[in-house]
Amino acid sequence: MSASVLDLKNLSVRFATPEGEVAAVSELSLSVGKGECLGIVGESGSGKSQTFLAAMGLLARNGRAVGEAIFGGINLAAADENTLNRLRGNKLAMIFQDPMTSLTPHMKVGHQLTEVLVRHRNLKFPAARDRAIAMLRRVQISEPERRFEMYPHELSGGLRQRVMIAMALMCGPELIIADEPTTALDVTVQAQILDLIRRAKEELGTAVILITHDLGVVAGMADRVGVMYAGRIVELGEVHQIFNAPQHPYTKGLLACTPRLDDATASALVTIPGQPPDLQQLPTGCAYHPRCGNVMERCRAAAPPLMSTGGGGLKACFLENFGSVQAGTVVP
Amino acid sequence: MWSYFARRVAIGIPTLWAIITVCFFMMRLTPGGPFDGEAPVPPEILANLRARFHLDDPLWRQYLDYLANLLRGDFGPSFKYRDFNVTTLIAQGFPVSLQNGFSALVIAIMIGVPLGIFAALGQNTRRDYTVSAFAMTGIVIPNFIMGHVLILIFGVWLKDSVFHLPAGGWADGALANRVLPVFCLSLPYIAYLVRITRGSMIEAMRANYIRTARAKGLPFRLVVLRHALKSALIPVVTFLGPATAFLLTGSMVVETIFQIPGIGRYFVQGALNRDYTLVMGVTILSAALVIAMNLIVDLLYSLLDPRVRYEGKQ
Ligand SMILES: Nc1ncnc2c1ncn2[C@@H]1O[C@H](COP(=O)(O)OP(=O)(O)OP(=O)(O)O)[C@@H](O)[C@H]1O
Ligand SMILES: [Mg+2]
Repeated sequence: MSASVLDLKNLSVRFATPEGEVAAVSELSLSVGKGECLGIVGESGSGKSQTFLAAMGLLARNGRAVGEAIFGGINLAAADENTLNRLRGNKLAMIFQDPMTSLTPHMKVGHQLTEVLVRHRNLKFPAARDRAIAMLRRVQISEPERRFEMYPHELSGGLRQRVMIAMALMCGPELIIADEPTTALDVTVQAQILDLIRRAKEELGTAVILITHDLGVVAGMADRVGVMYAGRIVELGEVHQIFNAPQHPYTKGLLACTPRLDDATASALVTIPGQPPDLQQLPTGCAYHPRCGNVMERCRAAAPPLMSTGGGGLKACFLENFGSVQAGTVVP
Repeated sequence: MWSYFARRVAIGIPTLWAIITVCFFMMRLTPGGPFDGEAPVPPEILANLRARFHLDDPLWRQYLDYLANLLRGDFGPSFKYRDFNVTTLIAQGFPVSLQNGFSALVIAIMIGVPLGIFAALGQNTRRDYTVSAFAMTGIVIPNFIMGHVLILIFGVWLKDSVFHLPAGGWADGALANRVLPVFCLSLPYIAYLVRITRGSMIEAMRANYIRTARAKGLPFRLVVLRHALKSALIPVVTFLGPATAFLLTGSMVVETIFQIPGIGRYFVQGALNRDYTLVMGVTILSAALVIAMNLIVDLLYSLLDPRVRYEGKQ
């Protein structure tokens, strides 16, 4: 793997709440290589979004990031607003889940695109307009001149997400963080949006972090996949390894939960028993142990560190002989 | 869009007529009449007066006459100020109330809105608490107390200093005479505007599109002014519509405390004296203003939010 664009080192995210401090992300470390697509999967609340919002300096007011998120030699987790503002939208861009509410309703979409160029490239409006229209065309929006003058409510969800992508690509970023970019969209539109992101990655060499809870999305896009549970990475590895030889019971559970069209035997729905843990009262030891079908005594006592698997990946599990791992519970 | 507003204006006319009608009959239903003063009027004089003001005509007759006069722009004679007709009284008093109300409005907006934004952006910090405490004070202190406190400070205690201001009177609108009443009028509105703006700004800053704007690397100032402000102003405009109508028609409390010859005073005196035509005149003026302000508010909505459209939907 070539040099990395983003290095997270022991990154934690904590929120001050009336009930006390909660750690949404705990000492998470990973890196994203240049031009790589890293998928991040995990159940709702596992800390996927907060990890990368912390890297963008976009945590809610009651949140704070501890640790490092190194991007271009700068620790984003500790950078001031000015430093962040020079990078955000420029070298580092983010696409959000909900295209219906992620664009400013009272501004023409064109203006929302050009302001990125005016901000980071010092362009005057006419030049910025030309570039924005070219970018709209690039993300396959028909009649870009007309759409440029429209307000967000005049566009469909799919078109708005294309606008969001155009906005992210405007300055040719080194890294795009896409937080569930297709979750709110129709299935047919989803594929088109993913295709656009894939093309950006291939044509512009942009690294992509693709956050999703849909393993299907990750399978077609990612080079590597990180699986998150309760604010930690529990498994990280090449995409084919994660899918073909998962090393963590949770990963295996997630895979079993994903209905597969090509698998004739998977006629019943499989679920992981139990609920994701309450961050306020994490279980002792491994946070997954109450739901794990292979729980051992030591899992209750201590949390397993991330250790290397045979195939070059990482897993946070004490189990050694993985063939016998229970995936989940079959719901008849 | 313009046809929408033309229609709104057209709807305003029957609305106004309904208000006039209800008000006319309600006035007549209240016990007592314009000539029931403290000293009883001799019966012959009373009969004369009633005849002169057509009070002996059947009620429907009086009502139709009143409407007919209105159409000619004549609000009728005042029952109390017998040498004046209501049109004249309004023409004298309304400009005074209008000027004071407008000044108070402008001051309230210029102070209240920025202060509300300032508090919102420092939500739950000391500056927020300070500003909010000030706003709360402004809301809970009624202006008949505030007015007297201001008079006590600037009219009495500071009498021999450069800060002395007249305790009352109008002096044909001398600047010094305006300061206290305008300030007193604007204070509660500043306070309300601070609260409303603060709340809506906090709400606006939580929107997803604000996160998008920040993710673009826009400086905070631009995020606030370009992306958050417009939607934050919608509740402010909603409040300001009726508030403006209210302010421009004069505050009876403030005008009474500071002895200002505006129309706010007429309303109360008119009601107490059963001065039918005077009350009607002031009511019609207020109602027309409220209708006009609602129209302006709708127009402003469409400027603040492009999703608000006034297409010619039937
Ligand atoms: N402002 C906040 N204050 C307190 N807790 C928060 C705050 N924001 C997020 N959290 C908590 O942080 C945890 C992680 O949230 P995060 O948004 O990263 O989840 P996610 O993995 O992205 O889930 P989803 O798939 O639902 O988007 C959640 O349990 C959430 O309740
Ligand atoms: Mg999320």
